[in-house]
Amino acid sequence: MAANPTVPDGLVAVVKRDCPTCTLVAPVLAGLAGDRALAAVVSQDDPTFPPGVDGVVDDRDLDVSWTLGIETVPTLLRMEDGREVARLEGWRRGDWEAFVGVAPLGEGLPDYRPGCGSRTAEPGVADELAVRHHAARLRSRRVALAALEDEAEALYERGWTDGLPVVAPTEARVLRMLEGTTRAPDEVVAVVPPDLVECTVEKVAVNAVLAGCKPEYLPVVLAAVEAACTDEFNIHGLLATTWFSGPVVVVNGPVARAIGMNSGINALGQGNRANATIGRALQLVVRNVGGGRPGEVDRATLGNPGKYTFCFPEDEGGSPWEPLSVERGVPAGRSAVTLFAGAGVQGLADQRSREPEGLAATMAAGLGGVGDPRMAAVWDALLVVSPEHARVFREGGWDKARLRAELGRPSLLIVHAGGRAGMFSAIIAGWVSGAMGSQPVTREVRS
Amino acid sequence: MRVVLDPTSELTPAQRSASPRLDSLQGRRVGLLDISKPRGDVFLDRLEELLTERGAVVARYRKPTFTKPAPVDLRQEIATHCEAVIEALAD
Repeated sequence: MAANPTVPDGLVAVVKRDCPTCTLVAPVLAGLAGDRALAAVVSQDDPTFPPGVDGVVDDRDLDVSWTLGIETVPTLLRMEDGREVARLEGWRRGDWEAFVGVAPLGEGLPDYRPGCGSRTAEPGVADELAVRHHAARLRSRRVALAALEDEAEALYERGWTDGLPVVAPTEARVLRMLEGTTRAPDEVVAVVPPDLVECTVEKVAVNAVLAGCKPEYLPVVLAAVEAACTDEFNIHGLLATTWFSGPVVVVNGPVARAIGMNSGINALGQGNRANATIGRALQLVVRNVGGGRPGEVDRATLGNPGKYTFCFPEDEGGSPWEPLSVERGVPAGRSAVTLFAGAGVQGLADQRSREPEGLAATMAAGLGGVGDPRMAAVWDALLVVSPEHARVFREGGWDKARLRAELGRPSLLIVHAGGRAGMFSAIIAGWVSGAMGSQPVTREVRS
Repeated sequence: MRVVLDPTSELTPAQRSASPRLDSLQGRRVGLLDISKPRGDVFLDRLEELLTERGAVVARYRKPTFTKPAPVDLRQEIATHCEAVIEALAD
């Protein structure tokens, strides 16, 4: 762990020789230092810079700049009682004169020059500094890979993957992932079946790295893990059943667009990083933290390819209906995940019906194939209505309640997604519903 | 050295554990893999006698050369047909 360097109270300047603006203002700093108006000058790349200043703080290891959160050089700081009370970046004569309380300053210099990037923000440097300062916050066991081990092979060998390659969860990557949330790394997110292990934000982050998530996806993954590990959703039973099903994650609200999820063409398919990796991260948490592995507690007779990952957002903008999350009690405009125990996708075609009655009849026939047709009441389904089918209901003035009533399925989940062409919808068959099986669970996404 | 963070519950040791041992040799198929160093056969012949005395069914295999890893098809053949394997050399 690096020391926690401090600077004295008073006026502090942070510079680097490699910055033309810093070079420009070097005589100004030398003059202020000579007049004892500066408490310290911190140099990121050369302790002999600025010339004419005695006792420059040598910050080539960047610990001081990192601790002070410097983003630009030159930066002027006003420190009081060890805390920063004011900050000024770049060079603007009038601002400097007001900040320092000395005028005139820098006669003959241009009035304004923007600063340069701090060395702490250089590629690679930020990661290294984060590891140096924050790695001690990470509690997970460190596993050293041998020099001759291929990294990808090593992660397979340890049983940490779903069968596809994973990204190595280094300290730098996990710290970067944790930047995606304001939640503390040691906060317990859920108790994960089947081993009933307390899972922290950090463990979710490690598995999100494995899955290939970006940090901004992490809040969605955290909400999905929370939802999965509830009594209602019953991920233990879902895992242990011989039935096909696995968790399907439906994302609602502004986060879907913010992180670039795909609710349009091929929404249930491959090709979008957020869709693919969020669902995968949830499954890797179940596998790695919960210990739920195929052939062990996972007893699926056949399984389905959605058990690698199954996550998509609802197309709310083009929908004739209110979003799934709003129906389920989340205020409009807020982001949420809804988990459904889904067994795979059954395509449903109706290219002839132009009236909602006819289309609903086709859907009812398709839904008859869900689970055991003689026991329809205990089998849920998630109906993904594509834009061309949704148009029929919009024009016919049918809301979701009307459609459910006509279909005779009061607990049917209905969402809107897909490309604009194709009079197809998707039936995602469920598992046994109700208290003896899995009930859909919605959780708000928290930052 | 590359270090990664353990994504698991950490309920099992970080070191990979050995495969489960056979509880008995009676009727079990044991492969003997000669890596093709001189006199490996002398050692393995004696092992075969001892294993056979204990009821094991022994199958003999030989790598083409000790200088290279066993070919994939040889590894797969052993994995398909044997419940245990002893890889041995003498020199």
